[in-house]
Amino acid sequence: MNPVSAVMRRELRSYFVTPVAYVFLVIFLVLAGILTFYAGDFYEREQADLQPFFVMHPWLYLILVPAITMRMWAEEAKGGTLELLLTLPLTLWQAMLGKFLGAWLFVGLALLLTFPLWLTVNYLGSPDNGVILAGYLGSWLMAGTFIAIGACLSALTRSQVVAFILTALVCVLLILAGQAQVLDFFHGTLSRQLINLVGQLSMLRHFEAIARGVLDVRDVLYFVLSTVGWLIAGVLLLDLKRTR
Amino acid sequence: MIETDQLTRCYGSLTAVDALSIRVEPGQVLGLLGPNGAGKSTAMRMIAGFLIPTSGSARVCGHDVVREPLKAKRALGYLPEGAPSYGEMTVREFLQFIVRVRGLKADDGYRRFEDVVQRLQLEDVLGLGIDTLSKGLRRRVGLAQAILHDPPVLMLDEPTDGLDPNQKHAVRQLIDTMARERTILISTHLLEEVHALCNRVVIIARGKLLADATPAELERRSRYHGAVSFSAPGGGMSQEMLGRLPQVAAVEIDALDGRITVFPKPGQRILEPVEALLRAQGLEVSEIQLERGRLDEVFRQITTTTIDTAIVEAAA
Repeated sequence: MNPVSAVMRRELRSYFVTPVAYVFLVIFLVLAGILTFYAGDFYEREQADLQPFFVMHPWLYLILVPAITMRMWAEEAKGGTLELLLTLPLTLWQAMLGKFLGAWLFVGLALLLTFPLWLTVNYLGSPDNGVILAGYLGSWLMAGTFIAIGACLSALTRSQVVAFILTALVCVLLILAGQAQVLDFFHGTLSRQLINLVGQLSMLRHFEAIARGVLDVRDVLYFVLSTVGWLIAGVLLLDLKRTR
Repeated sequence: MIETDQLTRCYGSLTAVDALSIRVEPGQVLGLLGPNGAGKSTAMRMIAGFLIPTSGSARVCGHDVVREPLKAKRALGYLPEGAPSYGEMTVREFLQFIVRVRGLKADDGYRRFEDVVQRLQLEDVLGLGIDTLSKGLRRRVGLAQAILHDPPVLMLDEPTDGLDPNQKHAVRQLIDTMARERTILISTHLLEEVHALCNRVVIIARGKLLADATPAELERRSRYHGAVSFSAPGGGMSQEMLGRLPQVAAVEIDALDGRITVFPKPGQRILEPVEALLRAQGLEVSEIQLERGRLDEVFRQITTTTIDTAIVEAAA
């Protein structure tokens, strides 16, 4: 069997033998429900769609994804299993990809388990299910970027707490980068093009269209490329550690 | 086969392994000896492909560990220091994970799995979480992982560390049965292990190779080599007479148990003359022993004199 799928299965299984998976799933589902109905004005909007649900996803991922990615490499480095893993016949890439896919599938499962919301909205009205599907796919894509960031920063340190904090910090910066307040902050110091660039880095900006059900190639590309970029950075970090 | 060529590894200004060149052939069991911090584990980590050498190179079965890492890793079974494994997995899950990552075919993988489980007597703990196992069992799981793919080269970092005497014996027997036609490199700081297992010894300290010999050759360097020791109740009187024998260099009496050790002059055999003298004096001797030489003494001599010299050099 392929080493990537072996690592992926091990990673996925490790979530379920520790309470991580159950804690994550319960909190994710409860928060997703609460935020959608209370903060998202699900009923008051009187529209049959899941936009208030998807809009909350960056904030949910911000807290929950670092919690599942923090142990990814930090725990292996601390427990000595990194030495075991990296002396098995697989490349750093295969190890990284396997771990990434394990976490990504797990978040995918969490997303699938929100299906009662989809049932609810279909019961209450007749939403455009294509739009909802696009929203789900976009959200999963964005989760991939969050996980890649977490995977990279977990490779940086032996401490899970440090990995968690760094990941949450980077994610919040990327979420907020496009907000008017942040861009105003740079107004005097940076040129217009640079400010535009900072705005383009914003996850929120790229996700907003997706939450409305518009899967634009540029937005998809943004998430795919940043996921790949962070994974490459993580592999380089791991490689660097072997030479230092 | 394991070959290293001027293998060097620095951590900042510290040189952990310093231009180490060794070559281990099939059929050899090489014991890598050295005090703690001598660079044994660092050297092994480079050969296993976990750390990248600062300079120099290492090859496993002819595959350079940096340029052809996958081929080198496939030929190698490696037990890292402390036998790390995934604690949340059961023994069965863990070994099956190794089978999958190593890409063993289904039937072959299953046969190998059954074989190592039986060899390391893990049948009863297959369903238990590794975290719940004793230190000795965890070590056996680590060994099972290392030999799962039946590798031509085996490298074990302190394989019997922390095991009780029975477990040590079992692990040594296992290594012994695997030794034929394989290349085995073990690191240890237990000198008895060298006797029990190795047909070649390399001593390193401060990252440098200090000695490369068979255990017997090393013992011959000991001043105890060829010495005769015995216990004689009230035998203190004989010390002077023994010292007068032409073949004898020195006589020492252990202050604690009163055991007398007679050291020969270089190249002299003293067992017969000593026995003859004792008989002539009509001394009752409970048991008399010809010493092979003491590895611990040679080890101390080799590893400390260089360090002392280094300290003197540094001061000057």
